[in-house]
Amino acid sequence: MGQVRRLWRGDSGMVPIVLGLAILVVYFQMRNSVFLSAGNVTNLFVQATVFILLGMAEIWLLLLGDIDLSVGYTMGVGAAITVILVDHQFHWPWYAAFAVTLLATTGIATLQGLIVIFFRLPSFIVTLAGLLFWEGMLINLVDHQGIGGSISNENKILYNLVNGNFTTVFTWIFMVVVVLFMAQSMVRADQRRRASGLVTRARMVLFFKIGALAVAGIVLALLFNANRGTFIVLQGMPYAIPIDFAVLAAGSVILTKTKAGRYIYAIGGNSEAARRSGINVNRYRLLAFALTGLTTGIASLLYASRLGGISDNIDSSLVLYAVASAVIGGTSLFGGRGKMIHAVIGGIVIATIYNGMALISIGPATQYMAIALVLLAAVTIDSIARRGSTTN
Amino acid sequence: MTNNPGPSGSMASNSGPASPGDPGLSTSLLSLRGISKNFGAVQAVENINLDIFPGQVTALMGDNGAGKSVLIKTISGIWAPSSGQMFWKGQEVHIHTPRDSEHLGIATVYQDLALCDNLDIVQNMFLGHEKTKVGLLDEIKMELTTKQTLADLSVSTVKSVRQLVGSLSGGQRQAIAVARAVMRDSQLVIMDEPTAALGVSQTAQVLSLIKRLAERGIAVLVISHNLNDVFQVADRAAVMYLGSLVSSGPISNYDTSSAVELITTGESSRVPPTIVAS
Repeated sequence: MGQVRRLWRGDSGMVPIVLGLAILVVYFQMRNSVFLSAGNVTNLFVQATVFILLGMAEIWLLLLGDIDLSVGYTMGVGAAITVILVDHQFHWPWYAAFAVTLLATTGIATLQGLIVIFFRLPSFIVTLAGLLFWEGMLINLVDHQGIGGSISNENKILYNLVNGNFTTVFTWIFMVVVVLFMAQSMVRADQRRRASGLVTRARMVLFFKIGALAVAGIVLALLFNANRGTFIVLQGMPYAIPIDFAVLAAGSVILTKTKAGRYIYAIGGNSEAARRSGINVNRYRLLAFALTGLTTGIASLLYASRLGGISDNIDSSLVLYAVASAVIGGTSLFGGRGKMIHAVIGGIVIATIYNGMALISIGPATQYMAIALVLLAAVTIDSIARRGSTTN
Repeated sequence: MTNNPGPSGSMASNSGPASPGDPGLSTSLLSLRGISKNFGAVQAVENINLDIFPGQVTALMGDNGAGKSVLIKTISGIWAPSSGQMFWKGQEVHIHTPRDSEHLGIATVYQDLALCDNLDIVQNMFLGHEKTKVGLLDEIKMELTTKQTLADLSVSTVKSVRQLVGSLSGGQRQAIAVARAVMRDSQLVIMDEPTAALGVSQTAQVLSLIKRLAERGIAVLVISHNLNDVFQVADRAAVMYLGSLVSSGPISNYDTSSAVELITTGESSRVPPTIVAS
């Protein structure tokens, strides 16, 4: 009973969407047994990468109650910059090209943030203008530098971001280190609370969480290390996975463990209260815009890698998937509620629908409609949860 | 219970600039002398002389538009006074920004309660003043301090300090806002209509909280329309009428009908004339 009420009040976390994901997985597996094969699941994670990163980029602003509609084309511009700079015409080293890309996308988002803050405009409109402007910029860049509306990538390292794999040994080491580190920090946090005489959850809960974490780590390592090649041996964790992990970890630490993160939540919840508490609201809004740009920049590197270059005609619904993956995961559109992990869940849900429907030969028309329904369900849950938490 | 006579010197109706040997200054926490505030040609408050004492609850009364809000916003630094002097513990001070008043130890608990519903009690208590350890938030220290502060104020109605403020009742929210002021070692807590939106039992909780603040030696300035509340908690009263302070003194000098007279007409035949300011 208490569980049901908590679910209704919106403290349920990700229970509904994880259940929904499980149903989707079972359904696709029943329709086509290839779905849960090591090769396909690894592929699905790689497909999800861009959705996840764009979703995380969007969460910085969604938490403030703002939005960035331009992330799709900002990512496109970033990808174009990378591909052009590592191209044989410029042949910049990869690290310089990557750095300039991150600077450029951060700059784009910061500029839009400055316009929003300085002229007190709604971020929706400013970034809608941004969407059109950066689409134009992308076409300009690509048509100037490329042939036939696209530039292909010939840089090995950029190519490997998505297509390269770690060795099986490194994959195991990575998983063991991540699991040990998380378990250790959970145990330490629990011990510190105990030592201070504060209320803690039962020890069993902690052990259960660590156990679940270990199982997840082992399953992922086995999955990535299974041979998924048909003619050649293809195994190991794709480079893209630890990149997702790193952004997730960094974003989560900033949001939950630093003053800046706390202030982003506070401003999204009640900006006047934040202001009266002495918080420089505009500074932290601008910081959120910059972090959106930086995260978008990381997405653009993986996007260029995945496309094998950049085209002047990128998927225009990318920005919608960015918002959708955040919201499907449980981040509120109204500000103040959300977590980085939401984008991971939401991105995997979207990739699952894409991947599964393609496997059972359902065309894009139905794929769009299915994602639409999932998004609608997620927003409805969000709205009901919000009503539940304010009427008390 | 309200017959707590204030220091007698404060009854004097001294107007104009502070004179040497002004008896109010020696014992008061905050003294206003000839404070005026005008917005262009509009005189919002005029020549206010008021002493606020530590450990006492001062009720500021007046009808809508009497200038109560303008006066407390002047004290809390939302804007600077147009003329007049303010003395904090006998020293002249100039309060121009909310930060200035906060640094002195003045906390203002606004009517619309500056709390974030999406944050929990600990997070709200420390908002803008978080404790950190090697750059990261020190949640344990903040949680312990919060629990201690709430216990000191005998706020026992909240189940967990980690529950979201959005799930609290009006009285609990008021208590959190006050506890936040206490935790920051405020010496003067200004409360604007603290019981306006509350039910009977929650009003009682907030009133007893106000008394406990005074017991801890904190000066409390309460704006209230509710005379019952005023006579229950206040040690001193101050009545404003059309921008002027028409009367101030120990609460024992007033009763409900004289207070109503002062609020509605600006004068009362039943209050000793010595304490009616010119």
